[in-house]
Amino acid sequence: MSFEDYRGTWVFLEVKEGKIAQVSLELLGAGRELADKRGDQLGGILIGEGVKELATDAFTYGADVVYVYDDPIFKHYRTEPFMEALMHCTNKYKPEVILYGATSKGKDLASAVATDLPTGLTADTTLLDIEEDTGLLLASRPAFGGNIMATILCKKYRPQMATVRPKVMKALEPEPGRKGEIVEESLSLKEEDVRTKVLEIVLDTQKRVRIDEADIVVAGGKGLGSQEGFELIHQLAKVLGGAVGASRDVVESGWIDHHHQVGQTGVTVTPKIYFAIGISGSIQHLVGMQNSGLIIAINHDPDAPIFQASHYGIVGDAFEIVPLLIKEFENVLGLGDVSHVGKV
Amino acid sequence: MLHIVACIKQVPDTKVIKMNPKTNTMDRASAPAILNPYDAHAVEEAVRIKKRYGGTVSVLTMGPPPAVKAIRKCIEIGADEGYMISDKRFAGADTLATSYALTKALDKIGKQKPIDLIVCGKMTIDGDTGQVGPGIARRLDIPPLTSVKEVKEVNKQDGYAIVHRKLEDGYEVVRSSLPCLFAVEKDINEVPYSPLPNMIKAAQYKPQIWAVNDLEDVDVKQLGLKGSPTIVAKVWPPEKPQGGEMIEGSAEDQARKVVNIVMEKKELFRERGGVS
Repeated sequence: MSFEDYRGTWVFLEVKEGKIAQVSLELLGAGRELADKRGDQLGGILIGEGVKELATDAFTYGADVVYVYDDPIFKHYRTEPFMEALMHCTNKYKPEVILYGATSKGKDLASAVATDLPTGLTADTTLLDIEEDTGLLLASRPAFGGNIMATILCKKYRPQMATVRPKVMKALEPEPGRKGEIVEESLSLKEEDVRTKVLEIVLDTQKRVRIDEADIVVAGGKGLGSQEGFELIHQLAKVLGGAVGASRDVVESGWIDHHHQVGQTGVTVTPKIYFAIGISGSIQHLVGMQNSGLIIAINHDPDAPIFQASHYGIVGDAFEIVPLLIKEFENVLGLGDVSHVGKV
Repeated sequence: MLHIVACIKQVPDTKVIKMNPKTNTMDRASAPAILNPYDAHAVEEAVRIKKRYGGTVSVLTMGPPPAVKAIRKCIEIGADEGYMISDKRFAGADTLATSYALTKALDKIGKQKPIDLIVCGKMTIDGDTGQVGPGIARRLDIPPLTSVKEVKEVNKQDGYAIVHRKLEDGYEVVRSSLPCLFAVEKDINEVPYSPLPNMIKAAQYKPQIWAVNDLEDVDVKQLGLKGSPTIVAKVWPPEKPQGGEMIEGSAEDQARKVVNIVMEKKELFRERGGVS
């Protein structure tokens, strides 16, 4: 394997609801830095049915070239045809690095591609860098349930691949009118040769709180005493236009369903602001929220571990302080202004 | 009759792992070795499929000799047979080398009794990658079905399975030809307490243990550390805020200070509704 043949950073452009997924835009931002450091192009790979026009968005967010596989066989994500497309493109154009969102599709696809190439794949990366002279990708990620960080290298194989968690990289400011090159590619795959069929897609009709996408998360723990006490969390979240999070024991007590659970066995969140109220702060919980931008904890126990992981702490009674917070925020933000907005 | 193989792993319980506050390293001895919790769900699901359609559940693991305990746990859950591959040459394997070694063992198991379905947990709690399951499927050239949250049907006679795969915003119903591989979500089932006869059987159970030389057509260059494209170059403790500022004063003062701190980030409120 001659490493000189492998040039450029690529991003697998995941399509979600007819648009390029947010995580892929974030990866274009991260990929741009890697490509610039190496003086190479940033490529995107776009697979789907009727997706060609989305390449324009990829250029706006930093891509120089987008490889497009546009065919009805790619209507739904399925591992094997998507993998075939990626293998085809990779073998033909030889990228140095390929990044995928650490989503269910991205992880599935990257694992399959890594096996078939074969090459190394680092999962759930949260930090990326590249050695300017050698092109060695430095992919770092939390390991052992978040107890340590590890930098993973793939020295002997190309391309180097990583999946990257949503919300940890930054998308570039879109540059409307920025142009790039579209390279249309095709495969002679036949539907009857694909061994899996998507029979039906059932989307959640109820509007579910996506705590992993929220900028503000207000999370409550057993310290709130009861489901009624937990209502305070909903109220504060509403005023702030944030999402409601919960510790594991709250979910296990049935005060709220498990989609709200923050932590190792729940959801990892990286909001800009995280409120931990009545949460003592087990290691599993800390793993799920410690990368939040600003962490504010309220707990009656001054020795609660959550205070060690917080930027600001209040030792006190949540039932006294949270209603005051709600009132103050209502005053400052103007309730009429916020009742109809907010990402929930 | 179906032959289902669950691939499992013994892992340190990362929930109870303790950090040495002085050196910021993990005290591995503090963590008991357990059956990877996701794999317990995989074995339970295999046992449920067996109960519905008839068949045999085998479990396979790679690990050092004490990993026999994890196989016994699977026998408690209801697995029929256990296989382990154990050899120093497997040590240090990343996900690519692990899937290679397991595939060689699956080839051997499959020769004794053809495999219809492979079931794995979504990921392990020590590696957290979720890459070994899909890797095995690719190497065996069978369809990988990740994020499986419900098994609707497994039809050996007509050679297909139908499952629900979890998506970020719902689920999809997928039909796949058999054999195939399921990597299952945690919420696919609940693992009940084991019945006493299973526990008795498990206590005495001795799995078949194979070394590299017991497997066929093994390219030793693809095993263990040697066969692993990824290497861990460096580990360091994650940056955590070292106990920030405590806000003192009356409840009113405290609330006001928090509001001031948050309002310094007021761009979040301007952005609201505008960010997709």
